[in-house]
Amino acid sequence: MAHDSLLEIKNLMTYFHLHEGIVRAVDGVSFEVRRGQTLGIIGESGCGKSVTAHSILRLVPSPPGNIVNGEILLHRGENGNEDGFVDLAQLDPRGADIRAIRGAEISMVFQEPMTSFGPMHTIGNQIIESILLHQEGVDGSEARELAIENLRRVGIPRAEQIVDAYPHQLSGGMRQRAMIAMALSCSPRLLIADEPTTALDVTIQAQILELMTALQEEYGMAVIFITHNLGVIAEVADEVAVMYLGRIVEQAGVNELFDNPQHPYTQGLLNSIPHIDEAKLARLRAIEGVVPDPYDIPSGCAFSDRCPSFMPGKCDSAMPDLAATGPEHRVRCFLYSEAEEIVTEVADG
Amino acid sequence: MADDSDLLLEVNDLKMYFPIQKGLLRRTTGYVKAVDGVSLSIKKGETLGLVGESGCGKTTTGRCIVRVYQPTEGEIVFHDEGEAVNLNLLARQELKAFRRNMQMIFQDPFSSLNPRMTVLELVGEPLLAHGIARGQELEDRVAEMVNAVGLKVEHLPRYPHSFSGGQRQRIGIARALVQRPRLVVCDEPVSALDVSVQSQVVNLLQDLQSELDLTYLFVAHDMSVVRQVSNRIAVMYVGKLVEVAESEELLRNPKHPYSETLLSAVPRPNPHHAMQRLSLEGEPADPANAPPGCVFHPRCRYMEDICQTEVPELTELTPGRHVACHFADQLQLQGIDYSASMES
Repeated sequence: MAHDSLLEIKNLMTYFHLHEGIVRAVDGVSFEVRRGQTLGIIGESGCGKSVTAHSILRLVPSPPGNIVNGEILLHRGENGNEDGFVDLAQLDPRGADIRAIRGAEISMVFQEPMTSFGPMHTIGNQIIESILLHQEGVDGSEARELAIENLRRVGIPRAEQIVDAYPHQLSGGMRQRAMIAMALSCSPRLLIADEPTTALDVTIQAQILELMTALQEEYGMAVIFITHNLGVIAEVADEVAVMYLGRIVEQAGVNELFDNPQHPYTQGLLNSIPHIDEAKLARLRAIEGVVPDPYDIPSGCAFSDRCPSFMPGKCDSAMPDLAATGPEHRVRCFLYSEAEEIVTEVADG
Repeated sequence: MADDSDLLLEVNDLKMYFPIQKGLLRRTTGYVKAVDGVSLSIKKGETLGLVGESGCGKTTTGRCIVRVYQPTEGEIVFHDEGEAVNLNLLARQELKAFRRNMQMIFQDPFSSLNPRMTVLELVGEPLLAHGIARGQELEDRVAEMVNAVGLKVEHLPRYPHSFSGGQRQRIGIARALVQRPRLVVCDEPVSALDVSVQSQVVNLLQDLQSELDLTYLFVAHDMSVVRQVSNRIAVMYVGKLVEVAESEELLRNPKHPYSETLLSAVPRPNPHHAMQRLSLEGEPADPANAPPGCVFHPRCRYMEDICQTEVPELTELTPGRHVACHFADQLQLQGIDYSASMES
């Protein structure tokens, strides 16, 4: 495996066991996050993008959710050193090991800055708590200084006053900045951002995206950026994974993906949105149908019932593999099945 | 502007102030000026897009027009078959009867439908309420409408929970259109939907508009969607309109600094897009405590002294284009560059 790999996920399956049946929210996802890079995960609701992120930090509520298979390898060793890694999938979700990782080595920014801060404590106290938990030899007043420093770094004006504010006293944009300040307070090596700008206005979204890009350069951390917005993903990601119903259907470098989308679903998504900087179409080219019910996924390829290139007898009989179609491009589709190399299961360690 | 015969709706100097009440005696200590002097007109058969950020008053404007709110001040005139009806002057009963001409499609298809009513009851309720149809006729009209929005007759006895977000939004659309309104206020009709479903609903709204001869006020924050559906776009900022123009013209050649920044902030699904984003510092002003002068001046990159003291009026710069900026005719603003994309 490449030596600069920070996080490797191999064949992850996270299932929810509900009364109505088993929901295969994440069903065999493999990817790799390299140090300092941004992996964008894009998909519609129910595609498993958030459950993937929650699985990494072991935040999937259990019951009903369970990681039933797969490895989540967090590499700790420096370049070339293969020894230092931990399999997050094997950790006790309530144990000390994962708690030492959450917020320190891997931290997360959520979509709803209002609900992800506790309402009863000041912003400062919540950031200080995280610093005191994870950084040894830091006392209370130093932690407070660090918290103010972090708030200042994410562009919050009057940080020494805001540190004593309660979450409800801040606007949505400021709250999201504070959320980022808290996530970065222990200099994580991986930041998972789950729809961090979806609840914000476009001008505020632009500010937050710029901030995150700048901070990523400054801290040299890797980012998993989850969103449903193709415009946002084009801006922030180095590599993009497109998910549909629990599986990655296409994965490529960001330029390659947007220049040469291969999976019919990716093509459909790109065609269906209005492009503000292109000539206006009389009608949008919508994808037919709706995302199927999670209990009632079509047999064969999950996208087969909506696919314009549907091949009867082939697409509805088996799930295609995620196969390489280029040096940096993998697609899960029978249209490309002549591609020589099959890389579904990452065999080497 | 168009001559009067084309107009469907005119709004003059609309104001909606919500009182801020404090203390034991609920004394009014101030007002949130959600809508502060909005004038606009909508022609028959057109779509006017109303864009702006959260809290700018675009939803309140829409709600005042369909009279969900009783506006603090201002005139709303509906042109009905050559007759001008001033909605403020209608009595309660008259207003109720008149409401069938104006309907609303809501943002959230999960909370805007009563979970205890079937599709038949939901879509049929407006017909009953206005005494338009009952019994078999009602069922026929509901079935016809439900087909028109892309649902099936088998769906009629089902409850909202058994539908997806996109299907629920179709129910909401059927409910609004079943009484054949003239004007429909679409309040963020696609922003709660998945990307692949958004385009289906946008297409549906456009198809229904031509089939049923509808006029839309399309309220949304997503500039790309608004441009797709609108003939003209009105940009709103903290209770006031800052620019109104024909939509392609507004995109290509914005004349208000806020329109310029809003356009540059739209994320483009194109990784090669050269970043020339104009960063907009700060956050929108508080409508309870708006700054003096131009409401946009604290964030404006072109701010001069006059902007801090004098409120710019919304004036007609060129035919069909209204701008509220002291320097509208002098500024060279950056719009969206179509030179590269037109060849493809």
